[in-house]
Amino acid sequence: MSQPIRLKDHEKDARLVRNRVVVGAVAIMLLICVLIARLYYLQIIQYDYHSTLSENNRVHVQPIPPTRGLIFDRNGVIIADNRPSFSLSMTRERAGDWQVVLDNIVEVLELTADDRALFEKRMRQGRRPFEPVPILFELNEEQIARVAVNQFRLPGVEVVAQLVRHYPQGAHFAHSVGYVGRINEKELKTLDPVNYSGTHHIGKTGIERFYEDALHGQVGYEEVETNARGRVLRVLKRTDPKPGKDIVLSLDIKLQEAAEAALGGRRGAVVALDPRTGEVLAMVSQPSFDPNLFVTGISFKAYAELRDSIDRPLFNRVLRGLYPPGSTIKPAVAIAGLDSGVVNAGSRVFDPGYYQLPNYDHKYRNWNRSGDGWVDLDTAIMRSNDTYFYDLAHKMGIDRLSTYMNKFGIGQKVSLDMFEESSGLMPSREWKRATRRQAWFPGETLILGIGQGYMQATPLQLAQATALIANKGVWNRPHLAKTIEGQPPVDDNPMENIILRDKSDWAKVTHGMEQVMHGARGTARKAAVGAQYRIAGKSGTAQVVAIKQGEKYDRNKLQERHRDHALFVAFAPADDPKIVISVMVENGESGSGVAAPVVRQIMDAWLLDEHGRLKTEFAPATVTQESAL
Amino acid sequence: MNNFDRMLSSEDVMRRRASFLQRIHIDGPLLVILLALAAGSLFVLYSASGKNWDLLLKQATSFGIGLVSMFVIAQLEPRFMARWVPLAYLTGVLLLVVVDVMGHNAMGATRWINIPGVIRFQPSEFMKIIMPATIAWYLSKRTLPPHLKHVAISLVLIGVPFILIVRQPDLGTALLILASGAFVLFMGGLRWRWIVSVVAAAVPVAVAMWFFVMHDYQKQRVLTFLDPESDPLGTGWNIIQSKAAIGSGGVFGKGWLLGTQSHLDFLPESHTDFIIAVLGEEFGLVGICLLLIVYLLLIGRGLMITAQAQTLFGKLLAGSLTMTFFVYVFVNIGMVSGLLPVVGVPLPFISYGGTSLVTLLSAFGVLMSIHTHRKWIAQV
Repeated sequence: MSQPIRLKDHEKDARLVRNRVVVGAVAIMLLICVLIARLYYLQIIQYDYHSTLSENNRVHVQPIPPTRGLIFDRNGVIIADNRPSFSLSMTRERAGDWQVVLDNIVEVLELTADDRALFEKRMRQGRRPFEPVPILFELNEEQIARVAVNQFRLPGVEVVAQLVRHYPQGAHFAHSVGYVGRINEKELKTLDPVNYSGTHHIGKTGIERFYEDALHGQVGYEEVETNARGRVLRVLKRTDPKPGKDIVLSLDIKLQEAAEAALGGRRGAVVALDPRTGEVLAMVSQPSFDPNLFVTGISFKAYAELRDSIDRPLFNRVLRGLYPPGSTIKPAVAIAGLDSGVVNAGSRVFDPGYYQLPNYDHKYRNWNRSGDGWVDLDTAIMRSNDTYFYDLAHKMGIDRLSTYMNKFGIGQKVSLDMFEESSGLMPSREWKRATRRQAWFPGETLILGIGQGYMQATPLQLAQATALIANKGVWNRPHLAKTIEGQPPVDDNPMENIILRDKSDWAKVTHGMEQVMHGARGTARKAAVGAQYRIAGKSGTAQVVAIKQGEKYDRNKLQERHRDHALFVAFAPADDPKIVISVMVENGESGSGVAAPVVRQIMDAWLLDEHGRLKTEFAPATVTQESAL
Repeated sequence: MNNFDRMLSSEDVMRRRASFLQRIHIDGPLLVILLALAAGSLFVLYSASGKNWDLLLKQATSFGIGLVSMFVIAQLEPRFMARWVPLAYLTGVLLLVVVDVMGHNAMGATRWINIPGVIRFQPSEFMKIIMPATIAWYLSKRTLPPHLKHVAISLVLIGVPFILIVRQPDLGTALLILASGAFVLFMGGLRWRWIVSVVAAAVPVAVAMWFFVMHDYQKQRVLTFLDPESDPLGTGWNIIQSKAAIGSGGVFGKGWLLGTQSHLDFLPESHTDFIIAVLGEEFGLVGICLLLIVYLLLIGRGLMITAQAQTLFGKLLAGSLTMTFFVYVFVNIGMVSGLLPVVGVPLPFISYGGTSLVTLLSAFGVLMSIHTHRKWIAQV
């Protein structure tokens, strides 16, 4: 303790610390300024940016899909409605590892690996972020319960009730009304992304497709506030969707069923039109399929079965089936002959059973090898005399014939509102030069006169060509929709009416067609026995395989599916036509023997009441007066 | 005990008539500011917690406990503190070692001492006050500015708990404790050329830390800080959302309870570390500036106490505590506004959390003690 005490210089220490306090205070002020500058930058300069960011965080716009318009038959029977259905949907962003969740779904619902592959495909088609993607439809009670119990293993998965298209009439209208199906990637690119933002289904074929815009309606919106986990907390604003328009079809379900019954399970097609308006009353393509399969997604196996079936149920024979019209075209050819002055009602042709062009050896045969002798127009139609029409066609030439046939709708799309109608083919010199690089041969004109050769037409076109004769040249495009939300469909591209130099030509041809049904030697007279009304008709046969020169058609040599298709067109009552029917029976061989009875049966179904008498609305005016007396 | 102190206390010191607050060793201005902050905290917390009264009650309770702790500590004379600081330091280091050896796991990091039913606390919190006190105690006995030898010994004293806390791992707290010790050296007049060379050396050290010390989650924080947009739904989410919250507040904010970012859960940690974003969203630039002004008043008072402290120990300790407090504020607001990487530092007095509140109030208890135990000299 002898050492001197080392005294500290307290004044110096205090000064030192005070200096450091000043330095510290300055540093603090500077750093506070840095903070304020930063906040100024965020809150003033970047205000708009961050404001938007935070609004986008919380406000989400959710589309409300419109309810699809309903489809009725002409009597108000429902053909397509919307049914609540439970579907399983998944939001990828909320599922975490969605592949694992898919595995869990498959396990919970005891599904197969195929289903899983389908789910995965659907998930990959998922559209915008945070949008639930429906992966499984038509859940039953048990499945819903299973999902509920296992919810903890299924993050991002929910059972959603939504309206799904349903076709209560099943296969009856699959080819006319068509069906809706899930929107695919390709359609997605062409669709209005706004209007379809809440829609999962779109019309794929038929009326559903053609009137998609009207049936779909206008999407509605809901601006909702969501929290960070995407839960909707409240609705900020709502714009209601505009439901799709209801469509009343001109089809009549009873006639449709009658037509199907008349075909009796045979493969074939039927079109029934009202010639006065162009309304399609029945449209059958058999076999058919259940359109409900396609709504929620058909399984690959079921689709392959339909697609690969030899009977081709998916094939729309009415609109896409192309057949040589055969003799059913003869009435139209006859009109062309009369109007162009090549023939008149009295001019006659001698039929030895064949026709020969001058300077050619080739014999163009009449179906009746023994020949009909001297034939005039009326007889030619009644007997379906080929020789007469070879001669007529030869005299007309291809150019005029082609022009007239085009006026009758051959080689044109005739319908107003049918999806994927085939235009058929009416050959011409130009067509042959362009497609075959060959000159036109006179012989090719001849066979066109009897509806063979290059000419191809759909059953719908045949019906329309017949309707033009029934309606004396006045065009009404065949259409399926009678009204769309009360408004009849508008024809933006009307066909020109056929105006003949002599209007009585219509009656001359019609008379020939009446003779087919009612004449003593009419080819289809058996089909008209006991009819309460006059029918004008014409049979036809469409070759499936060509018969070589000098050979005879021998049904026994041909496989069943290579036999000729039977065709028949007709209208009734002949003097005041109310219905036009075109029938095609695949491999039916005989137009008058097989197809004509089908036509008769359908006509009876439409024109007669339950007592087998002509319905009053179809009876001629004079008869009504008599019965009134 | 310091000879000079004894001399002062025994000789012609004129005790000014002390007010009631001074007699119970409470500093009036500090108390008012602290109470204002507490009220503000509850106000903002009510909104940030989604109107959670339980949480408010807990925070208010913590605040009460903190005030008691502050009051008790304010009664201790600085001389008494200085006497017990070495022991407290050794105890603290020992507890940190205990935590290191057999600590209780929480949030992937080992920070807690937990004797179930008895006590559960973080020794590192304790060190936030003990560390600057220890260095102040050590340096107050040396000549200032400190010699290299004394600086080196101080660095060892700082380094041991620092490394133990880094190992927990809790880099944020470790750095704050490092800072609190370093501020004592700074207040003690550490030579500028040494300060400059340390700052220059910090760069290679930081690089070395990156490769050898930092955990993946810490590295991730730094990476996210540098480019939050690189992972907007993952680790960048916090910072993007907090910036959006602050930015969308604008000048006057969206209004109390009307902040969408926090109320719709877009803002994570909205009632703890990121609470300033709630304030910024609901009260705008004006709200944050008001808070900063209150903080500045607090800091100003702290620096005044530093300047007026009569003992070197008091000066060094008060200065360090005040500067460290500012660092808390700066680091928190800096990180939430995207200036600094995200480190787990709460906003003093506003963020929810009892531990930090008690620690902070205890520190202000120390400041009050330093200020109210002064002896009054005639000419002052």
